[in-house]
Amino acid sequence: MGLQPFLVLSSALFCIGLFGVITRRNTIGILLGIELMLNSVNINLVAFSRFNGSVAGMVFTVFTISITVAEMALGLAIVILLFRVRRTAMADHLDLLKG
Amino acid sequence: MDGWLGVLIMLVLGVGFAAVMIGLSVLLGPKNPTPEKLAPYECGMPAVGDARERHSVKFYLVAMIFLLFDIEIAFLYPWAVALRDLGWPGLMQIVTFFMILSVGYLYVWRKGALDWAPAARARNALRRGPRKAA
Amino acid sequence: MFNSSFDAVVPMLCVTLAALAAMGAEAFRARDEKMPIGGLGIIGLVGAGVACALLWNRNTSSFGVIVADNFGLFVTMVLVIVGILTIMFSSQVLEVDNLPRGEYYALLLFGIAGMMMMATANDLLVVFISLEILSLAVYVLTGIRRDDPRSTEAAFKYFLLGAFSSAFFLYGIAFTYGLTGSTRLDRIGAFLAAQSMSDNPLILVALGLLLVGFAFKISAVPFHMWTPDAYEGAPAIVTGFMSTGVKAAAFAAFARVFLSAFEPFSQQWVPVIWVLAAATMILGTVVGVAQSNLKRMLAYSSIAHGGYLLVGLVAANQIGKAAILFYLLAYAITNLAAFGVIAMLASSNDENEELRDYKGLWHTHPALAAMMTVCLLSLGGLPPTVGFVGKWYIFSAAVSSGYYGLAVIGMLTSVVSVFFYLRVVVMMYMSEREGPEPVRPRIARMGMVALTLSVILIFYLGILPTRVLDYAAESIATIF
Repeated sequence: MGLQPFLVLSSALFCIGLFGVITRRNTIGILLGIELMLNSVNINLVAFSRFNGSVAGMVFTVFTISITVAEMALGLAIVILLFRVRRTAMADHLDLLKG
Repeated sequence: MDGWLGVLIMLVLGVGFAAVMIGLSVLLGPKNPTPEKLAPYECGMPAVGDARERHSVKFYLVAMIFLLFDIEIAFLYPWAVALRDLGWPGLMQIVTFFMILSVGYLYVWRKGALDWAPAARARNALRRGPRKAA
Repeated sequence: MFNSSFDAVVPMLCVTLAALAAMGAEAFRARDEKMPIGGLGIIGLVGAGVACALLWNRNTSSFGVIVADNFGLFVTMVLVIVGILTIMFSSQVLEVDNLPRGEYYALLLFGIAGMMMMATANDLLVVFISLEILSLAVYVLTGIRRDDPRSTEAAFKYFLLGAFSSAFFLYGIAFTYGLTGSTRLDRIGAFLAAQSMSDNPLILVALGLLLVGFAFKISAVPFHMWTPDAYEGAPAIVTGFMSTGVKAAAFAAFARVFLSAFEPFSQQWVPVIWVLAAATMILGTVVGVAQSNLKRMLAYSSIAHGGYLLVGLVAANQIGKAAILFYLLAYAITNLAAFGVIAMLASSNDENEELRDYKGLWHTHPALAAMMTVCLLSLGGLPPTVGFVGKWYIFSAAVSSGYYGLAVIGMLTSVVSVFFYLRVVVMMYMSEREGPEPVRPRIARMGMVALTLSVILIFYLGILPTRVLDYAAESIATIF
């Protein structure tokens, strides 16, 4: 199997995530979309690592996974905080800051 | 191919044994269903409510903290694989990494983020004895 | 283990240790015990500054992924100054708003450590990690007033667009790695130099994605949507910190990645950045004029300043590169001091950040009004302040590389921006306040000291800039 299928899969996942981020109104849904985008890149990295024959991509993946987890934990924490203060989890209700 | 033969035999045996046992009990076992027996098994307790009820936000906090510390273990695997090549410097580095992590753990612990309930409430609950199961 | 290959990380090590100490201290602090955690941070930062001075001209590197060349050290020095000033301003804010002290300082210091790492990173993996370290710290700092709906909303918006942009950035890194087989900037540069465009059109995809990621972080138009909201909702001093520190670090990494690794493809990216720079300067200035909230106005002004920095990146000749560094320093000190004034005037229940709240400030707080004036004039680029010198070098770099269009746009927007800075000055001095005087907290001495230091620096660098400019010129001589 060549490199191409992996790249196509990863870009498809990236675009699905992107679509989710843009269209979702629920903040949790948006977070899921971002998570999908970040993780689709891992497929890319691992595939490149395999086909370049260097281990750097794998190492990179371990780091991205842990960073992504930290990022999402923080994102959920902010959403919970937001829900506690504002009683809503809908992104388009967030309109206090406008110029 | 030889190396995989054992695995294959093991798989066939495992799946086969389970299938035979379940099949035998279906064929030979007596059947007189009651509502209690049809209910999903939940640690011997009678099932209460829907599985999709809302949880306390406390669970999310602990779950998130678990997730964060859990994922850091991922860094141990590459180190363990290359243990012999890395030698003492590698050990020192992984120890440093865990020292930093343990400062975070210490912080979480001392701040009480791991307690299931505020400490005072937990103590009171103990004094009054265990509450009846809801 | 402690051989010379660890030299290059010493500055950020100092700051990280201070951050860990702050966290540990907070963990074992009794409920109402007061601890000098801010002082701890200052010690760490001074240590980092000393380490920088010792490493100057030594060109050390740690395993090739972190290089303490003069360019990185100069930016690290800027970050040390930003950090120290922020901590000095913070003590009063923490008191007034009753914010969690240990967490605040720990996050601040972790953020600075991440920024230092980003400024000296020579590997895309390290750039990404440090970007995330500093971003995560700053997201939390933005929302540190947990009961304030505006602060929380700002944190959420900032987080969302920040995470979104890091996904693009990461995708760009993945493509770069796949096409060049390495994440080290020097190796990428060497690989690309041997290639031509037709060999690998996919490199344009990588370039574009990386550009989007960086543009988000330095809030270049059209990727600036998060900036006004995040800057307005965050506590004023945090806004000051993130509009200077994050921008300095992101710009350092931006310049390093594009000027060292992607230099062979400058034909492709220079026109794009030209457009970004022009759009950023124009939009930041024009929209800034229409604002009635001081924090929001300064947010747009900081977008416009990002545009001026991009002009330096486009010019990218010897003067241009040195000008970027000098401008980073100038902008960091001035902007931080301006936000420091706002932070010191904010009371716990009312931020007093609308423009009309500054009417007649001269009569109640003459010293603060005077120093705010200096900061605003420096942001506007009037002599004899440091802002003038910074802009002068940026635009002369643009002219000497033949980018007359950008230089003209830059000067025109500077003139327009002077209008809205002066509007605040006029309000502070000329107009009388209608209605009751806003409630203002007692001004802490520490903040005044920090402010005075900044103003002295603004004038010193504005009148005698040659020495620091020489340092900046020396810095860019080592790389690129």
